[in-house]
Amino acid sequence: MNNRVVITGLGVCAPNGTTVAEFTDAIKKGTSGIRHQPDLEALNFSCQIAGKPVLSDERISEYFTPLELRNLNSTGIVYGVIAGLDAWKDAGFAIENNDEPDWDSGTIFGTGTSGIDKFRWAINKIDDLEIKKLGSSVVIQTMASGVSAFISGKLGLGNQVSTNSSACATGAESILLAYERIKTGQAQRMLAGSTSDSGPYIWGGFDAMKVCTFKHNHEPEKGSRPMSTTASGFVPGSGAGSLVLESLDSAIARKAKIYGEVLGGHVNSGGQRGLGTMTAPNPIAVQRCIQAALQNAGIKAHEIDVINGHLTATSKDAFEIENWKTALQLPTENFPYINSLKGMIGHCIAASGSIECVASVLELHEGFIFPNINCEDLNPEISALIDVKSIPQTLIEQPINILAKASFGFGDINACVIFKKYIP
Amino acid sequence: MNKEQIIQALKTIVEPYSEETSAIAHIDENTDFINDLKINSANLVDIILDIEEKFNIEIDNDSMAKMLTVKATTEIITQKLEANAGQ
Repeated sequence: MNNRVVITGLGVCAPNGTTVAEFTDAIKKGTSGIRHQPDLEALNFSCQIAGKPVLSDERISEYFTPLELRNLNSTGIVYGVIAGLDAWKDAGFAIENNDEPDWDSGTIFGTGTSGIDKFRWAINKIDDLEIKKLGSSVVIQTMASGVSAFISGKLGLGNQVSTNSSACATGAESILLAYERIKTGQAQRMLAGSTSDSGPYIWGGFDAMKVCTFKHNHEPEKGSRPMSTTASGFVPGSGAGSLVLESLDSAIARKAKIYGEVLGGHVNSGGQRGLGTMTAPNPIAVQRCIQAALQNAGIKAHEIDVINGHLTATSKDAFEIENWKTALQLPTENFPYINSLKGMIGHCIAASGSIECVASVLELHEGFIFPNINCEDLNPEISALIDVKSIPQTLIEQPINILAKASFGFGDINACVIFKKYIP
Repeated sequence: MNKEQIIQALKTIVEPYSEETSAIAHIDENTDFINDLKINSANLVDIILDIEEKFNIEIDNDSMAKMLTVKATTEIITQKLEANAGQ
């Protein structure tokens, strides 16, 4: 089997938009979703700003039963279920309580940790000798696969249902895992995506590592500065993104709207050898991942119109651009456009790849390149590598054909996905 | 609290856990939580927690294992309430 795989549904729960329409509008305008977080300030965080989806109780109650809501304390599951169900509906599927599962549909929905607030509550109960009070809701919300379990139960999925976890590469990897499943004929439809919890207990470890910025607590919207001279660390974010992948045959048979095609991609690791460590990427591995993705997708470097980078807003951004440049071997004047969504939403950790893929697919489908915000003082190390034209700071409306999306994660791991505009 | 009052209180407690509205409406001593109300067995522990809170009693593991029907549950609640009253 060698099915072509297309995207037929999108869902997103991002700091700057919790519906696809809201999110599309926000990324075109360069609207920031970074806000001051009083809880982080109260807890003496160095970085007191973050990106968090804004959801009303009413909205949440559209996706969960009153019983599920009773003890629900896992923001990651809330974001994942909202993005996942929205993508499913967007693809034109009804959510019904049918007796038989849909054997040809599954999900790969990744996360780093699940229900960290629920976990904290449970740990406190146990230490207070009140283990009995935990009830039945702790395991299902704190198991890593809680998000895929909640989603599959609501949709009645009968194919593979799993949660992948590969740090900040989780979201991009989920798409490639789902893609493989369909390409090899083992499933017709896969809901791919990833989610990440909000709050001090998920972000605290990063704050302590001093990888988050502490210089912009007074100006949250200016805080996340990918590719800028004044990039001083990432701004933590949270949320979820989701894409319905489907075999082209299935999509055509049911006359589905097609957003774009997944041509292929690659995942690898630098093995924490050479310059690679637990927290720094081995550049050879990054370059190989990008090159292998192109080869797997059957395209040449010069065909790429837009790169959606990992670009987190640390001093390493120039190093990433250098890796792209070495991997693609393109002349400076013909270098593709480069996008970083993190200027608007921060670094949504495990959810970053999937939210950024939703943005990428919207760009392909509607024909635009969103503005890179907060890099008006472009890092000179970057402008020495590529033409400033490649880093648009205002919206560009033009058709694009091929987009490369990469995400890199702790553990020295890489993922690169190649998307193409679908032309019938 | 008499038996009828306990059953009414139980009805309010189990209602959110069951989608069998007609069986809930006709709840009586013979109602079985799993067979009649189709309550997910994982939720039985949550119902016990709600009962403990509502009646201000503590339910031990042995009693909990028996609480699968309205009749058995009502009897255990009555016993615990009496034990509390005797203290």
